[in-house]
Amino acid sequence: MSWVLKGVTLYGEGAPVDVVLRDGLIDAIGQGLTADQALEAAGCALLPGLVDLHTHLREPGREDAETVASGTLAAALGGFTAVHAMANTDPVADTAGVVEQVWRLGLAAGHCDVVPVGAVTVGLDGKQMAELGTMADSAARVRVFSDDGKCVSDASLMRRALEYVKAFDGVIAQHAQEPRLTDGAQMNEGINSSLLGLTGWPAVAEEAIIARDCLLAGHVGGRLHVCHVSTAGSVELIRWAKGKGWDVTAEVTPHHLLLTDDCARSYDATFKVNPPLRTQADIDALREGLADGTIDCVATDHAPHALEDKETEWGAALPGMTGLETALSVVVQTMVETGLLTWRQVAERLSEAPARIGRLESHGRPLEVGEPANLVVVDPAATWVVDPAQTASRSRNTPFAGRELPVRVRATFLRGRPTALDGKPA
Amino acid sequence: MKRHLLSAADLTAEDALLVLDTAEELAQVSARTVKKLPTLRGRTVVNLFFEDSTRTKTSFELAAKRLSADVITFAAKGSSVSKGETLKDTALTLEAMGADAVVIRHSWSGAPVNLASTIRGSVVNAGDGTHEHPTQALLDVFTMRQKLGRVEGLKVTIVGDILHSRVARSNVLLLKTLGADVTLVAPPTLLPVGVDSWPAAYSYDLDSVLPKSDVVMMLRVQRERMGAAYFPSSREYSRRYGLDVDRVSQLQDHTIVMHPGPMVRGMEIASEVADGLRSTIVDQVANGVSVRMAVLYLLLGGSESAIGSASSGASPDGAVE
Repeated sequence: MSWVLKGVTLYGEGAPVDVVLRDGLIDAIGQGLTADQALEAAGCALLPGLVDLHTHLREPGREDAETVASGTLAAALGGFTAVHAMANTDPVADTAGVVEQVWRLGLAAGHCDVVPVGAVTVGLDGKQMAELGTMADSAARVRVFSDDGKCVSDASLMRRALEYVKAFDGVIAQHAQEPRLTDGAQMNEGINSSLLGLTGWPAVAEEAIIARDCLLAGHVGGRLHVCHVSTAGSVELIRWAKGKGWDVTAEVTPHHLLLTDDCARSYDATFKVNPPLRTQADIDALREGLADGTIDCVATDHAPHALEDKETEWGAALPGMTGLETALSVVVQTMVETGLLTWRQVAERLSEAPARIGRLESHGRPLEVGEPANLVVVDPAATWVVDPAQTASRSRNTPFAGRELPVRVRATFLRGRPTALDGKPA
Repeated sequence: MKRHLLSAADLTAEDALLVLDTAEELAQVSARTVKKLPTLRGRTVVNLFFEDSTRTKTSFELAAKRLSADVITFAAKGSSVSKGETLKDTALTLEAMGADAVVIRHSWSGAPVNLASTIRGSVVNAGDGTHEHPTQALLDVFTMRQKLGRVEGLKVTIVGDILHSRVARSNVLLLKTLGADVTLVAPPTLLPVGVDSWPAAYSYDLDSVLPKSDVVMMLRVQRERMGAAYFPSSREYSRRYGLDVDRVSQLQDHTIVMHPGPMVRGMEIASEVADGLRSTIVDQVANGVSVRMAVLYLLLGGSESAIGSASSGASPDGAVE
């Protein structure tokens, strides 16, 4: 079945056009076009489908919190056409068997492409390298490897991993957290942690690892991606490493672009996340870094958790926040409404750059005839209020509950087929 | 006063003085042969202790009993709490039982705040993690006023593991509210990052601060901290930060020495000092009961004089509104 998107602007710029999607591709762009089905989308922006480099789908292991099906549906509603499923499942995605299972579950659900991330070390234990090459060669075609949730803290092992993945153009996505500096850490170390009596997670614990890893990547010529950058110092280090010409990329989460550690004053564990929410000065630096390209992309770090793991004492709660359904809105609020990014750049930071880093061939492509029809139609004038009870994710731990956010996803198309239409699964 | 006492910051100067004055009145009861008032008859106070604490638990229990409240004490060990029941479930259970006030001690910072958001009754923080212990601060301030006649303008020095101390946090806040000058003394490793934003001065040098102090409050230093390399050895800690006989000789004549307990004799405080004439350690324990009586009385709605016509032994229940 073919679709025509009526009256959209490409990348939110220029004159409205009609775009026809047929046989999984962009078939025509012009005026007065027709197709089997029409989406009246006057005033809406057409962007390449969003790509998330950092999603926790929780399956296998914690299907009570999220499944591949529920998480990818949330992704589709949020405008994503591809998500990278993090490896910290149970069992850990450290073998070809597990990554292929996750990949197949994604195919079966059909809401968006699921690109499994392979663990760097067996069982995320930080001791022995997992079979990275076998995962790369598997049907899941893994290119991004990460022990996310844990840091590959052993410098020698990190060096070897950065070297080893060069053979298949892989990238090591590092969760930068020096474990010895964050023993029992609960929140950003600073004024708030001192008053709240919660063990501090100092910025230096992130920055020390980033500095080391950038140097290692430079030394061995490997490809490093820094997950969820959260501090001003990290931005400075990545800017420095890029200046050296090293192959380093970085992501920032929507919540680190908007929320400060003042949120912890409520002791509401919804705001507990790793790395923790930081200060306004960090937010300013992260926004600036994302604007000038030091930070390549936005990634959600969508981390669903069951109620009982969140409705508890701060120290006993699990860290993490959901984010797939709010990411685009938060980026628009923090980056577009502030004049830091254009819509064209939003497409770059949320689709093209993450697709490039993950080496995805059919996502983050130009809006041109003949390209894959992995697309999102966005109504830039709409606003909505986040209601945790109305999310497609199985979990409710959004830190944006009750907030009014800009922008609604009108429709998401995966290979020309709608996966979300006006906030409903299609 | 607010409905809960979760942080010393919940108390205005007026509130704090009301608690102190009320405690002073109630202290008279403890001096009687029959140490009991009917003030909270028919009210239920639940002591919810997720962490061992004989001292504080007993003090709260006694305080509630002296006001004739029905007192239930849950010790978490061996209860459903240690079998995986969440704080939320415990709160719902207490709510169903009709608790008017819940006194909570918990090893996680913020647990009393979480509890207060789920139940209708008043919540009293009896110490949460490394956050606060507001009734300890109230009894400390009560003791200072008792011994020195005032709080405003006093130079109070708090010495020890500030980083992990809920007693220090609550005292800093309450003493600031009441106009005292607080100086924190500790090795740099035991002061939190961010301490420079606290309403208190700090120093690494105990000897330079002692002669100027009206009050010296020693905090317990757990030997485990040594393993985490906060300081090299307990001997070195004692040498640099312990209150021994020599250091006490630098103090002004009127200066008092306090300790919230439990003490590690020979570590942060020498036995001679703990048992010496300046020591208020035993007074602090006695005052703890009076202050906690006052807190329970005021939170549970006491608007009239705490004792009222109590000299006749018949305080009207009408005081509880």
